[in-house]
Amino acid sequence: MMTTMPDLSPLYAELFLAGAALVLLMLGVFRGEQSARSISGFAVIALIATAGLVLAGGGETVTTFGGSFISDQFAVYMKVVSLLGAAMILVISGPYMQAEKMDRFEYPVLILLATLGMCLMISANDLIALYMGLELQSLALYVIAAFKRNSQRSTEAGLKYFVLGALSSGMYLYGASMLYGFTGSVGFEGIAQSAAAAEVSGGVVIGLVFVAAALAFKISAVPFHMWTPDVYEGAPTPVTAFFAAAPKAAGVALVVRVMIDAFGTMGPQWQQIMIVVSILSMALGAFAAIGQTNIKRLMAYSSIGHMGYALVGLAAGTVEGITGVLVYMAIYVVMNGGVWVCILSMRRAEGMVENIDDLAGLAKNNPTMAFALAVLMFSLAGIPPMAGFFGKFYVFMAAVDAGLITLAVIGLVTSVVGAFYYIRIVKVIYMDEPAAAFDAPASGGMRVVLLGSTAFTILFVVAPSSLVEVAGKAAASLF
Amino acid sequence: MMVATTAFYVFAAITIAAAFMVIAARNPVHSVLYLILAFFNAAALFVLIGAEFLAMILVIVYVGAVAVLFMFVVMMLDINFTELREGVLQYLPIGALVGVILVVEVLLVVGGIAVGPLSPDVAAAPAPMSSDVENTRALGQLLYTQYIYFFQIAGLILLVAMIGAIVLTLRQREGVRKQSIAAQNARTREDAVELVDIKPGSGI
Amino acid sequence: MLTPEMDALLSEYFPVLLFLVIATVLGLVLMVVPLVLTEAKPDPEKNSAYECGFGAFDDARTRFDVRFYLVAILFIIFDLEVAFLFPWAVALGDIGIFGFWSMMVFLGILTIGFIYEWKKGALEWE
Repeated sequence: MMTTMPDLSPLYAELFLAGAALVLLMLGVFRGEQSARSISGFAVIALIATAGLVLAGGGETVTTFGGSFISDQFAVYMKVVSLLGAAMILVISGPYMQAEKMDRFEYPVLILLATLGMCLMISANDLIALYMGLELQSLALYVIAAFKRNSQRSTEAGLKYFVLGALSSGMYLYGASMLYGFTGSVGFEGIAQSAAAAEVSGGVVIGLVFVAAALAFKISAVPFHMWTPDVYEGAPTPVTAFFAAAPKAAGVALVVRVMIDAFGTMGPQWQQIMIVVSILSMALGAFAAIGQTNIKRLMAYSSIGHMGYALVGLAAGTVEGITGVLVYMAIYVVMNGGVWVCILSMRRAEGMVENIDDLAGLAKNNPTMAFALAVLMFSLAGIPPMAGFFGKFYVFMAAVDAGLITLAVIGLVTSVVGAFYYIRIVKVIYMDEPAAAFDAPASGGMRVVLLGSTAFTILFVVAPSSLVEVAGKAAASLF
Repeated sequence: MMVATTAFYVFAAITIAAAFMVIAARNPVHSVLYLILAFFNAAALFVLIGAEFLAMILVIVYVGAVAVLFMFVVMMLDINFTELREGVLQYLPIGALVGVILVVEVLLVVGGIAVGPLSPDVAAAPAPMSSDVENTRALGQLLYTQYIYFFQIAGLILLVAMIGAIVLTLRQREGVRKQSIAAQNARTREDAVELVDIKPGSGI
Repeated sequence: MLTPEMDALLSEYFPVLLFLVIATVLGLVLMVVPLVLTEAKPDPEKNSAYECGFGAFDDARTRFDVRFYLVAILFIIFDLEVAFLFPWAVALGDIGIFGFWSMMVFLGILTIGFIYEWKKGALEWE
């Protein structure tokens, strides 16, 4: 029995974020609905401040709460990516929420709580902490997916996400109970020791497979991706943007930590899974996206494909591979921010439009945004010298170094196929018969995000090593 | 000993039968009632293995609250009972066939793995079942101190559930006249009653 | 299989088991005996729902308002909160001041939720 306070210093940032969410909830409910805008602003500040606290906390590896919570370089890196990703989406969702009469103060509060869940997931060092963080995040996400409650599509998206999410949580718990039963520990170190000590028993492998399947669901990797297009299409656009950014980063962090920390010695077992999942995700992301006409659905398939590329680095299972994953996720989150600014600007007098054809003539009506979107599309396709190219470059290099040449080749082929639909959007923007212009351009915050995202995408080539070094240190802290 | 074993088989059999009826009952209300029966018997099974606290929680939370919620949900849906009565179990043979094939496949795969023994750590440390600490107390000794981290996150998850339920279902209705107790109590004789002196023969 | 302590524990539950058996038997008897003894002469009027003079207008099963759901789910949340209080109350002597404040923080979080509900008007029935 523990009767003294555990060391709280590793999680000051999380405590601050939780406190901020509670304070903003009270502030919102006492000041009424008209406070939504200011609450949203405070929430952005809170997220950025939390990122600052995470950075200020430094990167030594410390655990607390009896080893349930770990803070290391890897956690710092992924938390900063998730927090800034969430802040970015909160900045760009304001105008949409106001236009659709959805600007309620619960939205930023739920985003804060979801992001808190992500931080706890990233820092989870045992199976229970992982589950608690995952549920905190998922529950908030289910709610915001159905946030536009008068829209049938939005409630359907929320319900689908909830039912399938609950199913995957069930699979996770089943796998976790198998792991506890066969290794006698819920802590990642304990599992790793037990797996290293004796020959791996079948029960542990079954547990590993269930946990991997559940986590693959959370990051929407094939074959657990079925919910993604429907949920992305149905959820309100800023919520979709959020789904595509921060939770993906946190989910990938989770997969990486579980696989490397808990199952480091079982590489051959999970690498197979990761290779298959990665190939299927890349292929589905590339081929299924071709026929899409709705840009939100297209982005859903695109995100599935990108998860596949990120998992290539994990499949390699080396420090270089994990470095690749980390670099990839940071670039992915930043690129996404810019793309979603453009999608959120697709508004005409009659409301939001979501078809790719509606982008026609953007080059004439709004040349700046057209240029930015084209740059981002080239980057998503992985065409040099954009940032997206480097993300792919590092994971494929790591795969080749680890001897997974087939995987790297398949990745290259699917990239080329995927480039087709990204470039088709550029073609629509620049060459198609112009359609009507969009309404008043984006808000200040959206412009800043778009500018930052585009600038990062173009200028990454100047100094790729700075990010790669940080990511390398973060990856090394796992091994 | 004999009684405990008999009780186990009785409760287990009723649990399984009730669980089957949950999916086989034609009327969803009956399904919920069977679910409650299954919960009760599961609680009895918990008592049989000495997990008294879990048994009580199962009754309080699942029977008392979750089943009621299910009942509300069933009543909230616009269910056409005559439609439901038609061909409910007609997919059962196909479902059973698929299930059997799946089980055979899983057995073929898993049978090849050999699930293997429990880890030596587990075998060496059986869960202590002490007679002088009842399990509610044993839980209390760990949950709020040793596992404070999970406990507090559970609080946050409950908070999210509260916010979510309100965000998704609470509607401010237009034109509803709400009772305002403060206004009622603040009302005095002076502003409620007006005395008018009327002269005989004239109206107001 | 059963340890002596377990046996002692279960013997404490023996009266409950006995009670269950008696209740089941009595219930069954009361259901079966009327079936055997009563005289049944059904006719359509006897079997129809009695509604004060006129025929039933429509099905008694009407849809519930979604507000019932909100009440039920808020009840579940506080029910769970209370479930956490039981072991805490039992073990409070062992877990000391740290355990006490641990629960206070938990209750604080949920009190914030409660204030939110109250201010939102979720507890009013209109």
